[in-house]
Amino acid sequence: MQQIINFIIRYKITLLYILLMIIALGFTVRSKSYHEAKFFNSANQISGGIYNTFSNATSYFDLNEQNKRLLQENKDLRKLLFNKKEGDSIKIDTININYIITSAKIIKNSYASPRNYLTINKGKNDGIEQDMGVITDKGILGIIDYTSSNYGKVQSILNTKSNINAKIKNTNYFGSLVWDTERYDVVQLVDIPRSVPLHVGDTITTGAMSSIFPENIPIGVIKKYNLNASQSLYDINVQLFNDMTNIKNIYIIKNINRPEIIALESNIENVP
Amino acid sequence: MFRNNYFINITRFVLLVLVQVLVFNKLNFLGYINPFVYILFLYWYPIKDNKGAFIMTAFFLGLCIDIFSDTLALHSASAVTIAFIRPTIMRFVFGVNYEFQSFKLSSSTRAQQITFLALLIILHHLVFFSLEIFSFSNILLIIKKTFFTFCGTLVICLLLNSLFSFEKK
Repeated sequence: MQQIINFIIRYKITLLYILLMIIALGFTVRSKSYHEAKFFNSANQISGGIYNTFSNATSYFDLNEQNKRLLQENKDLRKLLFNKKEGDSIKIDTININYIITSAKIIKNSYASPRNYLTINKGKNDGIEQDMGVITDKGILGIIDYTSSNYGKVQSILNTKSNINAKIKNTNYFGSLVWDTERYDVVQLVDIPRSVPLHVGDTITTGAMSSIFPENIPIGVIKKYNLNASQSLYDINVQLFNDMTNIKNIYIIKNINRPEIIALESNIENVP
Repeated sequence: MFRNNYFINITRFVLLVLVQVLVFNKLNFLGYINPFVYILFLYWYPIKDNKGAFIMTAFFLGLCIDIFSDTLALHSASAVTIAFIRPTIMRFVFGVNYEFQSFKLSSSTRAQQITFLALLIILHHLVFFSLEIFSFSNILLIIKKTFFTFCGTLVICLLLNSLFSFEKK
């Protein structure tokens, strides 16, 4: 017993180090269920508050540019509206609405690490929940990963954990959108079969398989494509429409039918 | 004197965390170089303080940075590692005389100070990027990121160090 106590006293620093290292590695490895660790992300009250204050102060610097982008977007939307072929009034009924859109601002951006997360200034109190889609005026941005009462954390498409259903525009060939961490303006579309005719410059949009994003949200254009190691599938480099380094205003999409879709899918999986 | 030391350390802690997350995490020089200036806290920390307290402080410092930058616990792991190895590095750089009562960081030569800081930084970055990328097939990427971020961090840290040297007076 004396020896054990002596041992502990002698190596107490080393033991403390090992203990803390295990705690740290534990947090890191358990990243799958990471959003359950409520305190350890930037969407909590303290860090969210600090980022929000800082973002409020610095947002004046690029106000001009953000205004231009919003104007441009309004212009495009108005063009769509005025050139609509149907009658001048659209029947809006709650039955016909599938998606609810909320606007928000990014208060912390990140694109240099292999796992990028963004922090936004809306949370549970604004009806934002996990697994909602996030887009900008130009294209797709990511998926809500965790929300506190006033702030939210977005898992960017520039994240090795990200995996989004995408397809080639105007076709039904779909694959998965992943990121190889090389460049912040290029993502990879994989699992497109060899038989698909591809051209550099083809547009990639979100696919219909996802219950998070609506179909046909723009993602980017094909920059380069190669066959993968097995020679049967394509690895496609996609140049993003979004400039991931410069985003401020975003839209969050809630799919009202998602719970129903998920319930249905889990039913199918449970059938023996 | 004792109080004063605590006060300086707490101020440094808060300021370095804020500067790190609000300024240097957004730098993204050449796309991915974000200097980790908070290592200066571990460089400036009093030499003859309780080792256990030092490691705990380092862990807490890393955790603060982690919470702000959504990096799981990568910063905690690397900060704790360099806090643990710091005495060994000091013995290597300054020889046995750093254990004497009269030893001060400012009384050592400039080359010794830079070596000490550089060793701390390179060790921190190696641990950090290895854990961040976490695959041996990307070992070149780890070395590349470690090297370039090391250069960035070293330059910024040396500048900050010469700006805010408390011990010089």
